[in-house]
Amino acid sequence: MSREALFSKKNKLLLTDPLDDNNPITVQVLGICSALAITVQLEAAVVMALSVLFVLSVANVIVSLMRNLIPSRIRIIVQLVVIATLVILVDEVLKAFVYDVSKELTVFVGLIITNCIIMGRLVAFASANPPWESFLDGLGNSFGYGWILVAVAFIRELLGSGTLFGYPVLENLGIYEHGYENNGMMILPPMALVTVGIIIWIQRMRNNKLIESN
Amino acid sequence: MNVNKNSYTIGFASIMVIIVAALLAYASILLTPYQDRNIELEKKQNILQSVGIEVERDNSELPYSKYIKEEIVLNDNGNILDGSAFDIDLGDELKKDIKNQKLPLYISMLEDSSKYFIIPLRGKGLWGPIWGYISLKEDVNTVFGAVFAHEKETPGLGAEINQTFFQEPFKDQRIFNEDNEFVSITVKKGGAPEGSIHAVDAISGGTITSDGVTDMIKERVSRYLPYLEKNKPVVNDTLVSVNLISKVDE
Repeated sequence: MSREALFSKKNKLLLTDPLDDNNPITVQVLGICSALAITVQLEAAVVMALSVLFVLSVANVIVSLMRNLIPSRIRIIVQLVVIATLVILVDEVLKAFVYDVSKELTVFVGLIITNCIIMGRLVAFASANPPWESFLDGLGNSFGYGWILVAVAFIRELLGSGTLFGYPVLENLGIYEHGYENNGMMILPPMALVTVGIIIWIQRMRNNKLIESN
Repeated sequence: MNVNKNSYTIGFASIMVIIVAALLAYASILLTPYQDRNIELEKKQNILQSVGIEVERDNSELPYSKYIKEEIVLNDNGNILDGSAFDIDLGDELKKDIKNQKLPLYISMLEDSSKYFIIPLRGKGLWGPIWGYISLKEDVNTVFGAVFAHEKETPGLGAEINQTFFQEPFKDQRIFNEDNEFVSITVKKGGAPEGSIHAVDAISGGTITSDGVTDMIKERVSRYLPYLEKNKPVVNDTLVSVNLISKVDE
């Protein structure tokens, strides 16, 4: 392996590409399920993004370190075991030290195991690249996943409940006095899909690389 | 080294399983005491909340021992059994036949030496269990406070039962009607009638969870009726006459 700078141009791309051009949710269309499930409230979305950040970057590094040792016939199982172990550890640690957050997330933390982004990155990147690059790839994809999650949660919590991080923004702005009402439909899962759809639409409108030629 | 040989594959898998099992078992042993402690402190915090004492979860230990005077266990005839209410897992008890259920009850004494009976609740929501505590004043009729919690009700809908706006109206509701019949407290869809003393407003969009709360209170509190009956204060004559006089005045 030739020594190159830790943040060479290629490595920087690993971080920035998934934010837009190769976003895991809007372009690769991975991890959609959790984007729908936990975007009713901003807080849950942020904690979910952080948990995925931890699991994905660490799993990427571990799988990358073992990439030459893993028997190819059971590679998926091995990767799954790595993910599941990390997720269980995260869950246990949350329960022991940040109990309130874990109460918000219990079901969803377990669901990180089935988050296709993690499996996808392990198979597509970590099992064929060195640890540092894999770590950057993990970070980049988590950020790409995270910002979409937070954006969707922002829209849904604001329009659905009139709050942000549980803080009654609209009430304090006095908007209800003019006859405004919260849109209960924003809380329901279909509106998450519509919101993600609108984000994809806007993204494709302004990013030329994503426009498909016929 | 050929990593695709059968023997290597089997060896790799075996070693991996052993390492992972050991790691997870160790983490669990290490963290369980912290987790149990959190659950215990939260239980104490919730019990205190039902008599209107708001404390941080981490600081619930001291006020709990100060204000909660008795932790008793009852059978369905209202007789006191051995044991402490705090050790009882209501989830387990509810699976038993009613005749064999142990009923936990807490008795609280606040600084003004007013006495409250705290009944633990547990029932079914939409997606999972809901639970809570309801405290009755000394007349074993008027609600002093109520707290509810849930495991996985829908955020923004059923999950709102743990919010103050839902729990506050339970205060001063009555569980017996004027004829001394047990009527419990209903969480009413579409809103409780103005001035109602046996009903509170439901959460719009959270009907099944709201109904769950109604059923839970009715089922749980009714189990304690024999005990409550025994502990009804004797009607004070002077009090009655005072009431009569005030009625005449009106």
